[in-house]
Amino acid sequence: MSVGALEGALARPEEKYRICGDTGLRVYAKAETLIKVNAVAAVVFLAVGGLFGLLVALTRWPAVHILPAEWFYTALTAHGAAVLLFWIIFFEMAILYFASAILLNCRLAAPKFAWLGFILMIVGSLMATVAVLQGESSVMFTSYVPMKAAPHFYLGIILFAVGALLGCMVFFGTLVIAKEEKTYEGSVPLVTFGAITAAIIAVFTIASGAIILVPTFLWSIGYISHIDTVMYKLVWWAMGHSSQQINVSAHVAVWYAIAALVLGAKPLSEKVSRTAFLLYILFLQLASAHHLLAEPGISSEWKVFNTSYAIYLAVLGSMIHGMSLPGAIEAAQRRRGFNKGVFGWLRQAPWGNPAFSGMFMSLVMFGFLGGISGVVLGTEQINLLMHNTLYVPGHFHATVVAGTTLAFMAVTYLVVPLIFRRELILPAVARWQPYIFGIGVAGISLFMMGAGTLGVSRRHWDITFSDSVFTFDYPGTAFLMMGLNGISAVLAAVGGLMYVVVVVGSILFGKVRDEAAIKANPIVAPGNAVSTYGGEGTLKLPGTIVLVTVFFLAFVLYYFINWKFLSEVWPLS
Amino acid sequence: MASSESQDGGSQATEGGGARPDRVPAMQRLLDNPFLLLFLGVVMPTVFYLIWGIMEIIQIPIAK
Amino acid sequence: MAIHAVKGNWWNEPLHRMEVIWISIAFVWGLVMFSAMIYWHIEGKQNLSNEAYRIDPEVFAAHTEAMVEKYTIGEEGDTGVPIVQPPPGSDVYLIARLWEWWPVLQFEKDQSYRLHLSSMDWQHGFSLQPTNINIQVHPDYELVLTLTPNEAGEFFVVCNEFCGVGHHTMVGKIRVIDKQ
Repeated sequence: MSVGALEGALARPEEKYRICGDTGLRVYAKAETLIKVNAVAAVVFLAVGGLFGLLVALTRWPAVHILPAEWFYTALTAHGAAVLLFWIIFFEMAILYFASAILLNCRLAAPKFAWLGFILMIVGSLMATVAVLQGESSVMFTSYVPMKAAPHFYLGIILFAVGALLGCMVFFGTLVIAKEEKTYEGSVPLVTFGAITAAIIAVFTIASGAIILVPTFLWSIGYISHIDTVMYKLVWWAMGHSSQQINVSAHVAVWYAIAALVLGAKPLSEKVSRTAFLLYILFLQLASAHHLLAEPGISSEWKVFNTSYAIYLAVLGSMIHGMSLPGAIEAAQRRRGFNKGVFGWLRQAPWGNPAFSGMFMSLVMFGFLGGISGVVLGTEQINLLMHNTLYVPGHFHATVVAGTTLAFMAVTYLVVPLIFRRELILPAVARWQPYIFGIGVAGISLFMMGAGTLGVSRRHWDITFSDSVFTFDYPGTAFLMMGLNGISAVLAAVGGLMYVVVVVGSILFGKVRDEAAIKANPIVAPGNAVSTYGGEGTLKLPGTIVLVTVFFLAFVLYYFINWKFLSEVWPLS
Repeated sequence: MASSESQDGGSQATEGGGARPDRVPAMQRLLDNPFLLLFLGVVMPTVFYLIWGIMEIIQIPIAK
Repeated sequence: MAIHAVKGNWWNEPLHRMEVIWISIAFVWGLVMFSAMIYWHIEGKQNLSNEAYRIDPEVFAAHTEAMVEKYTIGEEGDTGVPIVQPPPGSDVYLIARLWEWWPVLQFEKDQSYRLHLSSMDWQHGFSLQPTNINIQVHPDYELVLTLTPNEAGEFFVVCNEFCGVGHHTMVGKIRVIDKQ
């Protein structure tokens, strides 16, 4: 290491660290422990939230219809909070600490603050979960005013958000320390840059959440008499949608990390990939407007500009990543000699490694299912066809579950051996897990989008309307879709259970990963010490060209089909 | 890269000049500065989404 | 590698040709999609109105009741809900409240109506089925849109914004008849 690093180390009492036998990275004990506790909390909430999700899907399967109405809405609220907020943000805290402290060879800034943040997040998440399960706060994840939840529901989420904000501050602080102590040279790794993107969006997200949830909390205890409903939605979605943009940035960073660790893939171009993240930083959060396209009184200028992320510049960012990642994988595979034909590199990819298979499915499904549907859904006028229908959860299960959750599951198969230093138990179960979960989630997304296209409402207990004054029959196909959605949810739940069993089992009972195990079962691709840029530019990447071409054609076709659908409904102006 | 090197020989030996052999391009310096990015990433949605949106809502007239 | 720090001036690194082409295509596609929304405002027939007002729920209810009194033509089955047939081009009011859409409206095909939507209590979702038009309905705000039914038949207004435990029973009706 450089002289600067030596001086930095001498300047303060040395913190305990180890050198990772797999990667050669310096792993500080305090950072490692915080990664562990956040990851464990995340997995617990995934298990709880997943169970509620299964109950929701089984209730919406008309032939099964398992929960009574009140419980259904409670379960749906609990599902949203537990997985959309708690599972994902706990895991993201682990990613932030990993991408700063571990990847930069640096100690964590203010670990005590990180612990305080963690404790606040735990207290907040438990408080909100209890509030929901008490049954007085079945207000859905969105808690639209003037529907009122119990005060401790809002307070729990506020505490959770404050805790997460502390985590972000620790992350930025670690970046500062790493730079001062010169624990790395040049620019931070691309994965860390992705994490910076996620953390920046998190700051805006949490600030917006505070702006709206603090008054809402005060309103729930009677200090404020009125909250404007449209204003609430505007500010709430600056949190609600942006929090999903944290996920996008984080899981793209995870894709790059997995491709690098498993295959030794390096980005085709640092410039292009980082610029794509910059487009996220600047424009991704504008898409909170997707949720206000059907609201009264907001001008079309505002809607068109914001819903399109300022002329689709953030979509441009995603399309760049959508080419860079397969491109990087193809280049790495070809460099290793898998050169046969257009797709030899893909056929010969390590499909038996759940880290890789999960990552690649996440990439494909996020792009094809989540990305395309998101742009279509977020088109100002086409939104009229889909607003508040099941198309919306169909879309975001493709982004947040098939995209984020699957990517996070995939990276867990690296976190367990590298951070928890345990060998995976039940490797056969682990090998199949991403496929079972992935297929289940693809089904959930597709069938909900299908039902939504047929007009089926989201957040709805009984689409047969049996207790209503007027009964309306959705088309038979819609009922079929809801049944298939239920079956897919069962499959995804099995996949989720497999994940929890393998991960928890490995952490508790897995064989300790010692020197011998590292030699016998290497996880990290060899020959990845090279850290200079360039080099991949000379390779031909025909497979990636075919993949992005197929993607583009699907995108264009589906986009215009929906304009055709729109042109057929009642004219309105 | 050649052009940036030739410029470097000119008048200013800037703050980055000592630490690195080449002059670092402005865009690279922006991307290397997380706090500048944080500023931009908060200001953009605050101005275009939040402030503009709040102004729209405030301007909704009262029914006749 | 993406997990390692990068040294040197990576910004000046030349781009892969494939990258340049793909970025250009994606950028142009973004412009196309952006222009499509603007084009539809000019040429398209399905655009959500931006005409909206703040309104007291009681005032909105009074407007609705006045309309019902003037144009009621009967009662929907034995439900007690009036069927209202306002003249084409007139202002038509539809109340959203826990858990009904009131009253039942009857329109003539291919005639335009100025439909006013507002809620008496919580937020609701106006989901017109099976034609599939979906609009958010807020309390204290009135949205005014011009609607032109282009097919005759019975249509239903499903509430698609969660509004409490009776949400799934909240269904209204719009009848569209051929021109008289």
